[in-house]
Amino acid sequence: MASEFGRMLRAEWTKLRTVPGWVATVAGALLAVLAVGLVGTAATNPNPGRTELPVGPGGEAVNDSFSFVHRALSGDGTLTVPVLGLTSVNAQGPQGSSPGPTAEWAKAGIIVKAGLDQGSTYAAVTATGDHGVRWQYDYTHDAAGRPGRPTATAPQWLRLTRTGDTVTGYDSADGEHWTRIGTARLPGLPRTAQVGLFATSPERAEDTGTGTGLAPAVATGRFGPAVLSGGWAAPAGADGGSVGDASDGSGSDGGGPGGGPDGTGGWTGSLVGADAGTSGSYLPGVAGGYTREGAAGFTVTGAGDIAAVVGGPALAGGRTVENALVGTFAGLAALAVVATGCATAEYRRGLIALTLAASPRRGLLPVAKALLLAALALLVGTAAAAVAVPLGTAWSTAHGFPVAAVPGAVELRVVLGTGLLLAASSVLALALGLLLRRAAPAIAAAVGGLVLPYLLATSGALPVGASEWLLRVTPAAGFAIQQSLPRLPQVFTLYTPASGYYPLSPWAGLAVLTAWAAVALLAAVVLIRRRDA
Amino acid sequence: MHPPATPPARTPRRAARLALAAEWTKFRTDATHARLLLGLVLLTVAVGAATAATTTCPDPGCGVDAPRTALTGVLVGQVAAVVLGVLTAGSEYHTGMIRTTLAAVPSRSAVLAAKALVLSGAVLVAGAVAVAGSLFAARLLLPGNGLTPANGHPALSLADGPTLRAAVGSVLYLLLVALLGLGAVTATRSSAAATGAVLGLLFVLPALARVVADPDWQRHLQQVAPMPAGLAVQATLDTARLPIGPWAGLGVLALWAAAALALGRAVLHARDA
Repeated sequence: MASEFGRMLRAEWTKLRTVPGWVATVAGALLAVLAVGLVGTAATNPNPGRTELPVGPGGEAVNDSFSFVHRALSGDGTLTVPVLGLTSVNAQGPQGSSPGPTAEWAKAGIIVKAGLDQGSTYAAVTATGDHGVRWQYDYTHDAAGRPGRPTATAPQWLRLTRTGDTVTGYDSADGEHWTRIGTARLPGLPRTAQVGLFATSPERAEDTGTGTGLAPAVATGRFGPAVLSGGWAAPAGADGGSVGDASDGSGSDGGGPGGGPDGTGGWTGSLVGADAGTSGSYLPGVAGGYTREGAAGFTVTGAGDIAAVVGGPALAGGRTVENALVGTFAGLAALAVVATGCATAEYRRGLIALTLAASPRRGLLPVAKALLLAALALLVGTAAAAVAVPLGTAWSTAHGFPVAAVPGAVELRVVLGTGLLLAASSVLALALGLLLRRAAPAIAAAVGGLVLPYLLATSGALPVGASEWLLRVTPAAGFAIQQSLPRLPQVFTLYTPASGYYPLSPWAGLAVLTAWAAVALLAAVVLIRRRDA
Repeated sequence: MHPPATPPARTPRRAARLALAAEWTKFRTDATHARLLLGLVLLTVAVGAATAATTTCPDPGCGVDAPRTALTGVLVGQVAAVVLGVLTAGSEYHTGMIRTTLAAVPSRSAVLAAKALVLSGAVLVAGAVAVAGSLFAARLLLPGNGLTPANGHPALSLADGPTLRAAVGSVLYLLLVALLGLGAVTATRSSAAATGAVLGLLFVLPALARVVADPDWQRHLQQVAPMPAGLAVQATLDTARLPIGPWAGLGVLALWAAAALALGRAVLHARDA
């Protein structure tokens, strides 16, 4: 049987490679993926801004923009601060800035960070707008602490403790009874790290008549006295390290970062990042900075976020890796022509009778064809994507579009996944060809079944719920394998199909497409055994 | 004894009528064609009804284009129209029937014209049924989802100018993509290649327009790509802000179809069957 199957594979391969039109079409599929991808990334950014996004320790693009009141501290120690308020500035009127709704992920908290460079390793405990106290580190990790937004009467007490390269976060309602929220090992944390208070805010959701949009928001955090203890205590002779004991006024407010140690017990104000990143923005006339509240602590104002870059509106016109793979649709159509041809050409020419006579175990025939086509499509898709992704990324960057970097493993998944996507859809097209025995309806069913649900779901013509449903159950679910940016519950954006987010995880989506292909192939096997050629 | 019947003189007019009759006979005797026409109607109405059933309008000024929502199914129904256009000539290339056809009707242009006419008649009828069915379904479904007169959405009616334009335009859209298929298969002489090429042309350009972030490019792509331009005819809201006007957009699709048919005619004349 094994040798029979081998002979069958060999015969199918001979049939495939000796049709010049098919060889040309397979080559065309490869070129189409590249060419369409290049055209898609050829436009020049009309609003060029940043061309590169910071990259975090995991290799992913990150936003790392915040207002930071900090000092360099060596060795182990503990920082304890009560957060007395988290409010937002949303509009700039003639009377100055006016308060407004706070973004759900606005942050005011304390952080230990390797340095002031964007993308450096960190761990933070922070109060947020609507999600209580959070423990976050290295841009993608998040855990929940106490609920509630801090106020002067109900402050959120935050504490960070460093021991070697391990940082632990705590929260408390009263500054006496502490709960550990999380611990992180940060191998990249140098012996001397920047420690301090920060405030930042991504844009907030705003419902407009035509749907949900984003509106700028700038967060203001009010902090009580910051107390350093353990090995961090009493640097430069300050008593107990409490900022509250130092006198002398204010850092810069409205004018950007303070320039250096300014008599506030060694604390310095800085804005990390030149702007508020892709997901945040300052209002005109409202800049980041901080104010000393005498003995009472600090008020820190900032916009931006400390989190991985996500897609949709929060990407602010940047591109994703999979944008370079828009040609997959063209490659898919071309490969569907070859795949259905492998099935229907035999029926057309009567070759099928001979083929079936030569292989008594006729149920194996669809399997042999499928294996061969899948291997070919996998090769073509992977090769095309392996070239299109780096080329399209470089091409986009050259035209003023920042491309959100992804970890190597994700890029590998996207490239290999494109091959698997084309392989599964080729098998689906083949099976439809064997079932329908006519090329045109088979190609139409395969291409339509894959691309139409995608177009419907991403066009905005359907409500989000219906779109997501389409991308769960139709073969178009398979395109999820190309989604490169993560869906992070702790980072705000519109996670909809229209902004490139699939309802299923990448591999689950591919599994749905593969299931369609498998079921269709099984039906073809059953049918070819039952019916006459 | 009967005298041998003299065949009537083959005037060009009669030849054209015979060619048309022959094409009609071939068209109506292939069961696949009837199935595709039925598929066109069912897919269009079903997808349109499903879209209407899920579209809601919670408050006045929700910006829902009711006729366009009702006719969303045309997006899916067009696939059946394309396949029908392709098969109208494509099947003959597979079976070799095309040689008989061309021997019987020596004027190749007449063959193509007859095929185009028969195809047009069939798609116009099926398209009209599909569009009417979609509008009827939406008329029943939309008021339940808040698209009520109180919210600024009177019941769908063909007496309304823009709605009539969307309806007639959608039928013509289906016709034009079918003709695009016919032109493509005559040019390529392969059903598979023609189907792949036409669907690629229809679907890849809109996907491309989504990625291209330059608004000028996006606009131009939506002006020249057959599907987005042609479907502009369904818009009834804010037509001044569309990349291309409703009838102008349908005109772009008509140009694509005409170009494909002209290419097909040239190939039909230039090559052996």
